[in-house]
Amino acid sequence: MEKVKCECGHINPHGTILCEACGKILDEKMNQNELLDMRYEGSARRSQTYNKTIIDKVWNFFSSVKVGVTLIVVTLIASIIGTVLPQEGNLSIQIPVNQYYEERYGWFGKIYYTLGFHDLYGSWWYLLLIASIGVSLVICSLDRVIPLYKALKNQKVTRNSGFLKRQRLYSEKQIDNTVGDIEIVKERLTKKRYNVMEENGNLLAEKGRFSRWGPYINHIGLIIFLIGAMLRFAPGFYVNEALWIKEGDTLAIPGTNKEYYLTNHQFILELYDESDGEVYKEALNQKGGVVKNYQSNITLYKAEESLPGEKPKLHKLEDYQIQVNKPLKFDQYAIYQSSYRLNEIAKMTFSLTDKESGQTFGDITIDLTNPEENYDLGNGYHVELMSYFPDFQIVDGEPSTKSSKPVNPAFAFKMVTPDKPQGEVSFAAIQQTIEPMGENKYKMTFKSVDTVNYSGLTVRKDLTLPIIALGGVIFLIGVAQGSFWYHRRIWLKQENGVILLAGHTNKNWYGFAKEIETIVHGTKIPVPVDQTLLKEKKAMEGQGGKSVG
Amino acid sequence: MVELSGNLLFAAFVFYLVAILFFGGAIRQKKGLEGSPYQNKPVRSGKIAMTLTILGFISQLGYFITRWIAAGHAPVSNMFEFITFFSIMMVGAFIIIYSIYRSTVLGLFTLPIVLIIIAYGSMFTKDVTPLIPALQSYWLPIHVMTTAAGQAILSISFIAGLIYLIKTIDASAPPKKQFFLEMILYCINAVIGFIMIKLVFSIMNYQAVFEWVDKEGNTSTLKYTLPAILGPNEWNLLTAGRMEPILEMPAILEAQKFNTVIWSFIAGTVLYILIRLITRKKAARLFHPFVKKINADFLDEISYRSVLIGFPVFTLGGLVFAMIWAQIAWTRFWAWDPKEVWALITWLFYAAFLHLRLSKGWHGEKSAWLAVIGFGIIMFNLVFVNLIIAGLHAYV
Repeated sequence: MEKVKCECGHINPHGTILCEACGKILDEKMNQNELLDMRYEGSARRSQTYNKTIIDKVWNFFSSVKVGVTLIVVTLIASIIGTVLPQEGNLSIQIPVNQYYEERYGWFGKIYYTLGFHDLYGSWWYLLLIASIGVSLVICSLDRVIPLYKALKNQKVTRNSGFLKRQRLYSEKQIDNTVGDIEIVKERLTKKRYNVMEENGNLLAEKGRFSRWGPYINHIGLIIFLIGAMLRFAPGFYVNEALWIKEGDTLAIPGTNKEYYLTNHQFILELYDESDGEVYKEALNQKGGVVKNYQSNITLYKAEESLPGEKPKLHKLEDYQIQVNKPLKFDQYAIYQSSYRLNEIAKMTFSLTDKESGQTFGDITIDLTNPEENYDLGNGYHVELMSYFPDFQIVDGEPSTKSSKPVNPAFAFKMVTPDKPQGEVSFAAIQQTIEPMGENKYKMTFKSVDTVNYSGLTVRKDLTLPIIALGGVIFLIGVAQGSFWYHRRIWLKQENGVILLAGHTNKNWYGFAKEIETIVHGTKIPVPVDQTLLKEKKAMEGQGGKSVG
Repeated sequence: MVELSGNLLFAAFVFYLVAILFFGGAIRQKKGLEGSPYQNKPVRSGKIAMTLTILGFISQLGYFITRWIAAGHAPVSNMFEFITFFSIMMVGAFIIIYSIYRSTVLGLFTLPIVLIIIAYGSMFTKDVTPLIPALQSYWLPIHVMTTAAGQAILSISFIAGLIYLIKTIDASAPPKKQFFLEMILYCINAVIGFIMIKLVFSIMNYQAVFEWVDKEGNTSTLKYTLPAILGPNEWNLLTAGRMEPILEMPAILEAQKFNTVIWSFIAGTVLYILIRLITRKKAARLFHPFVKKINADFLDEISYRSVLIGFPVFTLGGLVFAMIWAQIAWTRFWAWDPKEVWALITWLFYAAFLHLRLSKGWHGEKSAWLAVIGFGIIMFNLVFVNLIIAGLHAYV
């Protein structure tokens, strides 16, 4: 493509609006009387220059801020929709999801579910929106940052007068003998941390150029963040497992390939009480029990490599008390206290009893997680456990179980005794006994129950965290850089005995105008006027004691 | 200690109240155009107003510190404490912005909003609550305080935007714009209405106990402190001589909260109609004399500057610190919990705001409307998401 040569001698890329070096208007699209559009320094952006091939069109589409903002707003509205009803992922329900939404929220819930809003944030179109924002971030940034960088790098001290006159802050004045004043201004500019350059009696004072890179740096941060979030789906990066472990048990930690084991010694649930201080008294009276602590006391082991089926040798690594907000961390894993079940039935003890005499012939203790088939009581007495229903119910006259949790256990026993060698069948559930084969001589008397607490732990490994953190930090640096600092430039030009003074900043014009005012204060150099303010100022009565350049 | 803390908060309330009068005085005396380079220095009553504001701020900080000591944890763990802290941060943000721009008009509009927020916060239970395990972390003060600070700074942009709209939208503006501006003021009225109605009935010690059936089919009782316009599911009024509900709410909706919302709007409407009848003016016109002498571009810059300062702070507190803490307490840094999503929505909104401003040139009025909507989102997240939607963040 042909380059554009400016009268100052600088060769600009095709599509340049303002000469990179002197600022002369090369491609006049604006009204002659209006202020210059200084965005991106009037540099040659690819998207504004080429529009022929498919690549150009895609590039131009995604480089548009209008498209970017539209994507943001669509994502925003979609996100709102997802908060109208709870998301599937945040529910803990027993019944099927579609049923839940309809039962609980009626026709609205049904529509919500049918449209897939119950898992909105995991839907393909939501992910597509986020991905499009990512693409837009990359293309928008590239389209602008490279030409902007070149334009700022190539800028010269001496600027085209037309460029200066059409800056927002501008003034001019006929002055003789300005040397002393210019020296004062130079000194003040340096004091205010401006980088002052001089050329043929003209000045360019600049500071905070690096703030111009803020937006692009924060976009890089966001892209790294999004890449990190995507990596979660790569194998090996992410582990999320639940571990229900009862007190006293030692289990392999899921997700660690049986490399690590964990013993749960005790689950503790504490409530606040009077000993926690007088201040909480009223709140506790109002609310009742407020939980103070959930805790699992555990020991962590590392397993030696073992053959399949062989019991691995465990080496103790550490004892730890896992609490909410205090996960156990080891290797790349973290184990969290996330749930619990209290007083779950673990073992039940029954006695084989002669109904008439009340004589007992020994106890059997059934471990509900691992029930045996046969319990020998000696002297020819034994009890067979024919079937076990952890959560007993009768459906259509048939016994069955609702779940695998021992909520309402029931057993079918066969009691074999020397006088009944065929055995008697008894069906024992809580508070009821059924004798399906006719009247029995013996029965299983319920004696006692052992309960146990379960800790619900979450095992997590997330190797994307460092990448996500890096993205977040870069984003914050970029945002701070672009928000808390500003790029300010002041041009001073001497032309035929006239001093031209113009200023440009990317934000905070008010503060900038004040700063220039203090810099030229007391010199013959005129205070620049905010040309956008002129109109309003004129409209106000009794204003304008000072001259306007 | 808790009592002292409460007194300090009350003292701050009084300081701010008096400061408003002086801010009003400062505007009457000012001669030049506020915000132009030819502006006069702040007049004496402006200085007095600022001194009072700072005294109020110190007093509120005193509330915060004494309550922290008394409670044994940062007092940002329930609605009363959070809203009060938010009001402190709003005054703090105003003081910072004032130190840059010296705008007394901004004070005249910020402090009344702050007073409303303090009063609104004190409608919730002021009991010192112990922390549940999920909140027992040093991330509680870090996350909540930074988020509140960010939101407060963003709110200053709303104030500047509101002043901008009151200034520029006059009787000749399109009726739609005038209508929406009145809507904003009406919403503020509704909050005032809520506070008044709550106060009136709590002074009367109004209580009505209902028996009702919840969504699981269990019967329980519910105590109303406002007369029930909306009754709970299958209600049965147990207290004699109390108003019977006009409508019954289904079990999945929390009747009492909706009842409060209805009352707020009724009171707000009455208040608004009274203002219109007595003054025979649109509410926005009432404030117009105060904003005549402020430069519109200057307001626009204050509004934009507040977003520029508030956005990074909000991102840090509301998203970054939030994610770090969520990873520690809830095992994952992002759970699509409603409150989280609304923080994301706030963030996306201000991101759109900045892009529209930088690239599409949405300055002035458009920018002012956006600042108002942004504040609406923040308030929605604070009030409705906590009270009505509620998820993991429900602590009231």
